[in-house]
Amino acid sequence: MAEEIKLMKGNEAIAHAAIRYGADGYFGYPITPQSEIMETLMDESPWETTGMIVLQAESEIAAANMVYGGAACGKRVMTSSSSPGMSLKQEAISYMVGAELPALLVNVMRGGPGLGTIQPSQADYFQTVKGGGHGDYKLITLAPSSVQEMADHVSLGFDLAFKYNNPVVILSDGVIGQMMEKVVLPDFTPRKTEEEIRKEQPWATLGRLKGRKPNIITSLELDSEKMENNNLRFQAKFRKIEAAEVRYEEFSCQDAEYLIVAFGSAARISQKAVELARAKGIKVGLLRPITLWPFPSEVLMSYLGKIKGILTVELNAGQMIEDVRLSVECKIPVAHFGRLGGIVPAPDEVLDALTKMIDKEDKQCISKSKQ
Amino acid sequence: MNIQDIIKPENLVYAKPELMNDTDMHYCPGCSHGVIHKLIAEVVSEMGMEERTIAIAPVGCAVFAYNYLDLDWQEAAHGRAPALATAVKRLCPDKMVFTYQGDGDLAAIGTAETIHACNRGENIVIVFVNNGIYGMTGGQMAPTTLMEMKTATCPKGRNEQLTGFPLKMSDLLAQLEGTCLVTRHTVHSAAAIKKSKKMLRKAFENSMEGKGTSVVEFISTCSAGWKMSPEESNTWMLENMLPVYPLGDLKNE
Repeated sequence: MAEEIKLMKGNEAIAHAAIRYGADGYFGYPITPQSEIMETLMDESPWETTGMIVLQAESEIAAANMVYGGAACGKRVMTSSSSPGMSLKQEAISYMVGAELPALLVNVMRGGPGLGTIQPSQADYFQTVKGGGHGDYKLITLAPSSVQEMADHVSLGFDLAFKYNNPVVILSDGVIGQMMEKVVLPDFTPRKTEEEIRKEQPWATLGRLKGRKPNIITSLELDSEKMENNNLRFQAKFRKIEAAEVRYEEFSCQDAEYLIVAFGSAARISQKAVELARAKGIKVGLLRPITLWPFPSEVLMSYLGKIKGILTVELNAGQMIEDVRLSVECKIPVAHFGRLGGIVPAPDEVLDALTKMIDKEDKQCISKSKQ
Repeated sequence: MNIQDIIKPENLVYAKPELMNDTDMHYCPGCSHGVIHKLIAEVVSEMGMEERTIAIAPVGCAVFAYNYLDLDWQEAAHGRAPALATAVKRLCPDKMVFTYQGDGDLAAIGTAETIHACNRGENIVIVFVNNGIYGMTGGQMAPTTLMEMKTATCPKGRNEQLTGFPLKMSDLLAQLEGTCLVTRHTVHSAAAIKKSKKMLRKAFENSMEGKGTSVVEFISTCSAGWKMSPEESNTWMLENMLPVYPLGDLKNE
C-alpha cells in the first residue's frame, strides 16, 4: 500500500502520532501555541478505539504529576505545554528523573520571560538542556524542524524514554507547532497489555502479585551514601546516553569554510540562508543538532581545522552558543545571531549576520598577518 | 495450665495484619498514623485486594508509609497524590487506588489537586490524616491549625489577622458532586477504631463500584508537635479539635 500523505499542523501530527504509537495516556492543560495537541486528541477520542486516555487537568502541575503516576505504572504517558506551562511542570520532571520514570514531554516554545508572548521562541533551551528543575539531571531533548519530525519524534521519544527510564522532551516551537506541512504518519501499534508491561517493566506499580516484593516508586533516600549511589547511577546512565544517542543532520557541509549551527525552526530558516550564501559563492554549511542533549560535540570538534568560524542562529539571546563554544573549546570564533520576543528572522537577515561575521574574521586575519 | 495450651487458633482474637511489614515504625509514641495504617492493611486484606491495590504516599510524616504496608506504592511530590491517583485509576480502572495524605499535604500545597480529583469524581479513596500541624518538619502551622493554637511558626498562637481560619477541607469536599462519601473519624478508642474501619471499608468498596471519590478524614494527634504526652493529646484533641471538626458523615450516598 502506498504511504498516505496528509497535510496538517505540527501540533496535530504529535496527537495523531501518539495515538498510532499506542500511547496509554495524555494529560494536558490548554496554553497557546500548543492547544491543538489536546484538542486533536479529544476530537479523535482514542479511548473509544485504542483505549488511550486523554484528560484535561486543572493545571500544568497536576498534568505533569498525572504523567508521573501513569509512568509509575509502566504506561506510555505524555503531556505537552508551552514555555510558562513547562516552568510549572519542572517539579514533576525532577521527580520523574529521580524515580527513573519514562515519559514524553512536549514543549512548543513561546517567547518569555514571564507571560511573554504567544509568538515562537527558542528561549527554553537552557531550561530543557541544562535541567529546569532541582537536582543533577539531564533530559534527552529532541528538536524537530518539520511537521514530519514532530510525528517521528513521538515514537523516537517514547522508545528512548523506555530504553533509559528517563523523561524525554520534544523541544519544538510555535513555528513548527503551528505550520502545516505534508506528513506521513506512523502505522498503528497496539497498546501494551498489562502482562507485557509486567514483563518489560518489572518495576511498574500494577499491584503486588503474591510472591514478589512490593514495587515502590520514589525519589526519596535519606541515607546520603545511598543517595550518592543513586546519583552516580543516574550519571552513568547519562554518559551512556551521550555515547549512544547523538543525532544531527549536515547540509552542504562537505567543503564548508563556515558553519551555521541551528536547531528547529531556526535551522529551517538557516538552510535557506545557506542556499542564498552558496549562490553568492560563500562556502557555508548547516549543522543541525536533532538531539540538543546529548549535544553533537564530537561532530563539531571534527570540523576544527576545516572551518574558520561558526555562526549559531537561535530564536533567543544566545543559549546553544555556549554548548557550541564548549564543543570547539573556543579554538575558533563562534558568533551568535538571534531575534527575541517572538520575532522570526527572514533568511536574508541570517545571511547578513553571516556576511558580517565573515568580514570581521577577514579583517582580524589581515591585521594578524600585518603584525 | 500451660501457656502453650492457650495458644490455639480457636483462641486467637487478634493478630498483626498480614499486610503490615516488620519495619520499625518511625512514628512518635501516641501518633495516630500507626493505627490508621493498620486499618488500611486490614481492610485491603479482608477485601482480598492485596494484588490489585496501588497506594500513593504523601510528603509529610507518612512519607515512608510504603515501608509499612506490603503493597505497590508511588511516592508523590508534596500535595500531588490525588493527581497521581487520578492517572493510575484512569489507566488501570480494575485496580484499587488510594492516597494517604496529611493536612499540610492535602489542605495546603495540594488543595487544587484534592478539590479537582474530588470534583471529577475519581474512583479513588483519599485517606486524610488531620492533626492540625506540620509534624515532619517540626511542628509548624497548617491551614487546619486551630485559632490560638501555638506552633513553631505561630508561637504566640494562630491569629486570624495574619493567617486566617482553620480550613475545613472535608466540609468543602462534601459540597462537590464528584464525592460520594465524606466522613470524619478518630482512632483514639476501640469504639472509634471500629466505627472508622467500617467507613474505610465502605470507601474502598465505593471506589471499586465506580461511585466517585470517597474521603475518610481522621482527626489525629501529634504528641511531638503539640508538645503533650499521648494521653494529654487525646484529651486535648477531644476537647479542642472535635468542636471545630465534628465527627460523623458529612456525605454518605
